[in-house]
Amino acid sequence: MSASSHAAASSIKRPSLSELFRAFVIVSISGFGGALPWARRMIVDQKRWMTADEFNEAFALSQFLPGPNVVNFSVVFGSRFARAPGAAVALAGLMGPPLIIVTILAILYARFGDIEILSRILSGITAAATGLLIAVVAKMAAPLFRKRWDWAPLIAIAAFVGVAILQWPLPWVFAGLAPISVALAWMKR
Amino acid sequence: MNASPLLSLFGYFALLSLFAVGGANAAIPEMHRIAVEVMQWMTDRQFADSFAIAQVSPGPNIIIVTLIGYHVAGLAGAAVATAAMCGPTCILAFVVARTWDRFKEARWRIAIQSGLVPVSLGLIAASAFVLARSADHNVFAAIITAITALVAYATRINPLWIFAVGGLMGLSGWL
Repeated sequence: MSASSHAAASSIKRPSLSELFRAFVIVSISGFGGALPWARRMIVDQKRWMTADEFNEAFALSQFLPGPNVVNFSVVFGSRFARAPGAAVALAGLMGPPLIIVTILAILYARFGDIEILSRILSGITAAATGLLIAVVAKMAAPLFRKRWDWAPLIAIAAFVGVAILQWPLPWVFAGLAPISVALAWMKR
Repeated sequence: MNASPLLSLFGYFALLSLFAVGGANAAIPEMHRIAVEVMQWMTDRQFADSFAIAQVSPGPNIIIVTLIGYHVAGLAGAAVATAAMCGPTCILAFVVARTWDRFKEARWRIAIQSGLVPVSLGLIAASAFVLARSADHNVFAAIITAITALVAYATRINPLWIFAVGGLMGLSGWL
């Protein structure tokens, strides 16, 4: 199956509940290191359940909400087509297979986690995954520190210092900074 | 020891679920603070290992809470932690999704959306910091982290390759 271009996304279809479930199962098991690109490919390019713009809008909402983005997205997307049953089915499809796989891994880790070779492999993966996260930070920071509004870098640095250096609880840091940041964004516009 | 680990798992992760702007990556420092420092459920090393396992598993990275939950209280712990981390935010998503379109152009919505970006950036940067402190316990690990950061920043390589190379470097015994 070839991924089609954006221009051809004019005929929007409606998924059934079982199609919804299967689609999110596939998204979840193919989405190593973040399921989002797979969700876009499946929903916009292959199934044509949404246009690229609708997808971006639904995803913006999922990012805006707290918690895991792609989990929010499954709920937003599922409820759009079939209300609560749609949301439940999409969420179950997204979380079901990883939950089973990770539970098996957790059992194996509890049993074999002390083995020297396994722990060496895992530390290598953690070191690499940390680098990946630093790259994500750099990509996010670049536009923010370049233009946007002047206070943004200060807010980001304050959040970093509060959580990483001072090790304050996240809810405190959030409650202290988010209102200031939103107020500044409000005044800027 | 805590009398009811299931209850604390649920309480901490349900609360965290509502403050994690920026998703799983933004929630790492708070999970680390609770699981390793406050509750002492696991060692720093076990936390870092859980992070690695969640990264190489398919599906959303938030699945790390399932590993923490299992470590604390077995299968019930895994189920409770996962439900707590996904439940509150899913209900919120369901409610907000129905009214969202109406406020597409609203000024407050745009202000909230752009105001939260720097907060989540700071939180994700804090995650990278906390993980680097756990993972980079010697020079070679720090070098792997640095090289990975450069490669991932400059290219669009599939993360699986990065994890595979990191795992092999670890296996080779340099770390």
